[in-house]
Amino acid sequence: MNAIDQTTNEVLRLAAEHFKVQRDQLSPDDDFFKKLGINSLQALDLLTRIEQHFQIELPDYELQGVTDFRTLAQRIQSRL
Amino acid sequence: MNSFQGDTLSWQLLDGTIELALDRAPCNEIGRSMLADLEKFIAALPSLQREAHALVIHSTRKEGFCAGADLRETYRVAQQLPKGERLAALRDFLERIHHVMNTLDEAPLTTIAAVHGVTFGGGFELALACDLIVADKMTRFCFPELRLGLIPGFGGIPRLKRDLGNAVVRDLLLTGRSINAIKAQSVGLVSQVTAEGDALRVARSTAAQLKKFDRNTAVAAKKFIKPIPHDELRKEIDIFCDLFMRPAVDAGLRKFVESTDAQPYLP
Repeated sequence: MNAIDQTTNEVLRLAAEHFKVQRDQLSPDDDFFKKLGINSLQALDLLTRIEQHFQIELPDYELQGVTDFRTLAQRIQSRL
Repeated sequence: MNSFQGDTLSWQLLDGTIELALDRAPCNEIGRSMLADLEKFIAALPSLQREAHALVIHSTRKEGFCAGADLRETYRVAQQLPKGERLAALRDFLERIHHVMNTLDEAPLTTIAAVHGVTFGGGFELALACDLIVADKMTRFCFPELRLGLIPGFGGIPRLKRDLGNAVVRDLLLTGRSINAIKAQSVGLVSQVTAEGDALRVARSTAAQLKKFDRNTAVAAKKFIKPIPHDELRKEIDIFCDLFMRPAVDAGLRKFVESTDAQPYLP
């Protein structure tokens, strides 16, 4: 598994845990706002989880327009 | 009045600690009703502080401590008023909220903001008026005002400048990005980071510890180390009012209020 796939899997796991859904219900190309039914404030919770888990800082303006897990993982990867 | 239940907040005095709980859906937005209740609290403070050594401010809202000024109300009120009256109404609101913040800032108590989740704009400024910030690890701090063509207007910049290095102030202000509790602690903004859901418990425990110390000494120490930047606070009101009257702000507020964007809080 390459690094981006690994990061994507970690993000999917974190999202599933945080929003209490089954991991296998989430896919890399899902629109997380729609799939999880979350608003921007809840998305910030996910961002905090991600920053803590990967021990990175990810400015939220880098997430402007990002709605799917795969692109989110790419943004994370660029900070690792 | 040792306890009070208002429309947007409540307080109680318990064992020398005043607990002020913000409770207005969705996330304690500071509009006219919240301001009126905060003014009631400020009016009651001289009596409360005779029996208290500490004040803990926290939120009962799951979403966070406070999402800042009520922008929807701000926009609605501005639209209802003739242009000539907008500035006077805005200045009146700012003068009143500054009075609240300044009174909290210099209160002869040790004040603790127990924060979690969204601590944005005016909510961040309320926390900055306190002596200590205890943050749940899921807290996010942000000054998103620049995206509306504004600067923070409730005393945020002078207080942040007082407490932190100017580079951090510029980063937060000019990028409008949010930072988490760990980062906020690393730059000196937050005094303690707690597990999720534990900020209030830790703030209470800290308040209990403070009770062991001589109150007069604590008051003298606070007065010595926490000057109120009055001149800069006045200047902030003037700059905010100048900026607010520009068409760009009107457009920015309208965009926010009417937005169906999934990320309206993200700069």
